[in-house]
Amino acid sequence: MVHLKTNLAGLTFEPPLILASGIMGQTAGSLEKMIEMGMGGVVTKSVGSDSREGHPNPSIVDVETGILNAMGLPNPGIDEFCKELGKFIPNKPIIGSVYASNTDHFVGLSKKMEDHGVSAVELNLSCPHAEGYGASVGSDVGLVRDIVENVVKNVDVPVFPKLPPMSDMVTISQVVEDAGAHGIVAINTVKSMAINYETGRPVLGNLYGGYSGPGIKPIGLRCVFDVYKSVDIPVIGCGGVTTGRDALEYFMAGSSALQLGSSIYYRGLDAAEKISSEMIELLDQEGYGSLDEIIGLAHQ
Amino acid sequence: MTRMDIVEIKKIVPETPSIKTFYFNYDLDYVPGQFVMVWVPGVDEVPMSLSFDKDLKAITVRKIGEGTEALHGLDVGDRIGIRGPYGKGYELEGERVLAVVGGIGGASILPAVTKAVFKGQEVICALGARTLNELLFYDRFKELSEVHVATDDGSAGYHGFVTDIMEDLLKDIDLVITCGPELMMKRVFKIADNHDIPVQASLERYMKCGIGLCGSCVVDGLRVCVEGPVLKTEELRKLKEFGEYHRSPSGRKVSLKRPKLSY
Repeated sequence: MVHLKTNLAGLTFEPPLILASGIMGQTAGSLEKMIEMGMGGVVTKSVGSDSREGHPNPSIVDVETGILNAMGLPNPGIDEFCKELGKFIPNKPIIGSVYASNTDHFVGLSKKMEDHGVSAVELNLSCPHAEGYGASVGSDVGLVRDIVENVVKNVDVPVFPKLPPMSDMVTISQVVEDAGAHGIVAINTVKSMAINYETGRPVLGNLYGGYSGPGIKPIGLRCVFDVYKSVDIPVIGCGGVTTGRDALEYFMAGSSALQLGSSIYYRGLDAAEKISSEMIELLDQEGYGSLDEIIGLAHQ
Repeated sequence: MTRMDIVEIKKIVPETPSIKTFYFNYDLDYVPGQFVMVWVPGVDEVPMSLSFDKDLKAITVRKIGEGTEALHGLDVGDRIGIRGPYGKGYELEGERVLAVVGGIGGASILPAVTKAVFKGQEVICALGARTLNELLFYDRFKELSEVHVATDDGSAGYHGFVTDIMEDLLKDIDLVITCGPELMMKRVFKIADNHDIPVQASLERYMKCGIGLCGSCVVDGLRVCVEGPVLKTEELRKLKEFGEYHRSPSGRKVSLKRPKLSY
């Protein structure tokens, strides 16, 4: 039986399925719960310097092929958030996600996360529905380079930029690798919107949201494929992984680990456990002896 | 679930100076205590339990914020969005049920009491309100069950909190269900638990997604929108946050200790 375990930037993920940022990541209690339910690691809610309430509801729409969300980065601010985490140190890696609009804030937030004891820092360069943050930052290659370089210089834990889906994934990936990133998370949700024909109105309070779930899997696969072939640092794949089959395909595109978000909605809190056992079954069935054998296999 | 459906408001009934009921047609399989997300187009989306779940469905809304205020401004014929139902409702076990209600909590409890009575259970209701004018569904509850009333100002029934009259009503009760302000429910839980009577309490938290993803409504790792909103004794006993604090939309802890026990 294949053992599901990945070593990545000095961290061990067992299984290599990580709770994505923005899902059940706001409190120590919910992060702890997700580890209990089979996640190999967790990413916190994206946290900024100051508290933010997020966008007005509706902040979620089910569109059959997936989900649109426009939470709008609600968070209590880094100091309050660290207080919330308190003494919570899980037995699996915990990755602190941070967002900001400039380098100094990214550095400050990352240092606070590190001081608090996180295993790695994820830089949110990709949230598609918070004006001035996330993807607005990630689309500025010069700024991305500066942020990654300076965060890497100032913290000792691994640094993982999370990238938005872009038509050119190659340039940005090479930039963050040159800047010293220890791995790349791809992709965040896809900017999108929902309109209700009966009322003639956009549904989301923020008008725009991020598309996730099964519908974006082909987009995520392509992005991971492109990132893998452009850089040597590991790729953490994300985007519509709902089943063991999806997971295998993402590993074959070049992922060394995966993040799960919407699958919590489609499969339940124990999504990681279900996907793990499906992966093991499929790997055995296809005659693979280890996960490493399939990482990047689609690039043959 | 879980696509949003648009429904037309068929009837609006003012219940108290601050509470109105909105009736609409909507086909759904509802367990009393569950909730739906109600979209006021262009304004907000808020979680609401159904106050009527027969042929016509209804939500009973107290004006407390932007979304509920916008709802109060709607007319018959206006349209709202509904998705759901979500979460777990009341599991009506035993022969004798005591319902302890505070203020707008009656909206969630009324269909539960209706169902219990229909199933042949005997129900006693203890209704609490700030004042006589704000006493919700008194006549409805009275048609179904034995009713006791407490008001903060003594304008109806017992002068004081509904939890003060509850202890005397516990004889031979198999189950206590409760919905109202959290400090009231915490007290209800403690009193019933002291008598070894199981409790089911309907919790309220700030909610964004309603489908168990965002984590806004989490209480000690339990999602109020999925594992709740109705939680049972075994779950309530484990919660450190129950009756202690809420969370603001940003996720900051907000103490429940300061405010009044009032509805």
